[in-house]
Amino acid sequence: MKIELTKLAHARSGDKGDTANVGVIALKDEFYPLLVKYVTAESVARHFGSMVKGNVERFELPNLRALNFLLHGALGGGGTLSLMTDAQGKTFSTALLRMHIEIDDDTIKKLGI
Amino acid sequence: MKEQIRIAAGQGFWGDLLTAPIDQVRKGPVDYLMLDYLAEVTMSILQKQRQRDPAAGYARDFIDLMREILPDCVEKNIKVIANAGGVNVPGSAEALRAVVSEKGFSGRVRIGMIEGDDILPRLDELMSRGVSFINMDTGESLEAIRNQVQSANVYLGAAPIVEALDKGAQIIIGGRLTDTGLALAPMVHEFGWSFDDLDKIAAGTIAGHIIECGAQSSGGNCQYDWKNIPDLANIGFPIVEARPDGTFTVTKHDGTGGRINIQSVREQLLYEMGDPKAYITPDVVADFTTINLEETGKNRVRVHGIKGNPKTEFYKVSIAYSAGWKAVGTLVYSYPDAYEKAKAADTILRERLDRLGLQFDLILTEFVGVNATHGHLAGEPKHDIPEVQLRIGVRGQRKDDVTRFTKELAPLILTGPPSVTGFAGGRPKVEEIMAYFPALIPKNVISTKVTILDA
Repeated sequence: MKIELTKLAHARSGDKGDTANVGVIALKDEFYPLLVKYVTAESVARHFGSMVKGNVERFELPNLRALNFLLHGALGGGGTLSLMTDAQGKTFSTALLRMHIEIDDDTIKKLGI
Repeated sequence: MKEQIRIAAGQGFWGDLLTAPIDQVRKGPVDYLMLDYLAEVTMSILQKQRQRDPAAGYARDFIDLMREILPDCVEKNIKVIANAGGVNVPGSAEALRAVVSEKGFSGRVRIGMIEGDDILPRLDELMSRGVSFINMDTGESLEAIRNQVQSANVYLGAAPIVEALDKGAQIIIGGRLTDTGLALAPMVHEFGWSFDDLDKIAAGTIAGHIIECGAQSSGGNCQYDWKNIPDLANIGFPIVEARPDGTFTVTKHDGTGGRINIQSVREQLLYEMGDPKAYITPDVVADFTTINLEETGKNRVRVHGIKGNPKTEFYKVSIAYSAGWKAVGTLVYSYPDAYEKAKAADTILRERLDRLGLQFDLILTEFVGVNATHGHLAGEPKHDIPEVQLRIGVRGQRKDDVTRFTKELAPLILTGPPSVTGFAGGRPKVEEIMAYFPALIPKNVISTKVTILDA
């Protein structure tokens, strides 16, 4: 079954130059392995498509049940160079959580998602 | 040695809630108040202010704040640490001294002044000595844009702040001091930590990271369960209760709004994070994968287990340079066909800009209400939406062309698609673009100076 990532995680995003960072945090400890398995650098890059010009990097923080993503070339030049409404990348968090992932029905039932 | 000190955050950025630092010193016990005023582009703005007025170039809000809270700080012996000095630390210290005297505390308050971060006057000397400034993001060399540089500041760590505290300063003001150093320094000073005690230095640094953005760790901008976070109108800014062993608790004053829990702290920990194993500051390289969080009570999160690695041989330098001009304008279109009207207006405007022969590096159109935040991920509107804001921005090297663009928006009202409004603000403002050039510089060519002023 396809579910939206908002059911599994909360997030916060910010900027460093032209790179947006998105921290994705499991809503419950037992959801963290699902994030590790399905929310990969590749799937996130595919999700954003042309919104991210450069590559996507992923870092794991199991202690915080969180993943950190760096989206390079996402902010139209960044800082005051950018013409975007969201030049600071503040809403990339919720944009990432729109992502859909395919999870088998048993897992969904078992974890009470 | 004290068993615990309480360090309060008063500002997450220049422009944050003005009452927050006042509440921090009045609504409960604190030992230190730290205030972060500087964002990456702030230094270049201050540099321009100083070019117009040699007495300007620092955050005057801080001086107004001290006029308000100085009696509280003296009475309760609260020490204040701020990077409000911008590009004119002596000027800000002088203004501070005037406030101390005006409030009748002369001879009772020592001001610590930290200089050495501003390397703009030294750039050519440093370059001729072989320091090569390479853009950390793009790899380009500073030489290409040397003549456009407006400000150049080194991010200084906790060491000069500790020196000022050791010399008895009660109010410490500096320029580009790192946000994390503002919180770490009191711990080093009070607990006698060595800078070689890497785990403790990393812990103090992470404590600083948690509170440096003000209420962003105490319920502000918090996604987790945001609807149920209580009383945001009266939000309490975060306070770190630091202990000599390097553990600390994040909390806030009783009777304030907001909420501190594991989720609010996790969100802030991830904010503006790069590689979590290598969070680099002038003081240490902290490892965020070693942080343990534990809820020990209502609005209390205990943090422990943090590990650090040795600092690098370099300081980070933040250089800002003029990189052209920009302007952004908006118009609002209403139902029916709001989105179609806005798109038609965009096409018309672009055709006119083209006919005028104006040259821009970029024209960006966004439709607020449709795609300004989530782009194509939001999908096309599923019904005829009530209204749309057309938002068009241009940037380029010719100021005249950008200025001409600002005069082409209002004509759309009488010469474009119907039922358009939202132009009462007049023509958009033309702004100079200050681009950001981050680089590294060897620590051994930078010297900091700490001066104690007996006000």
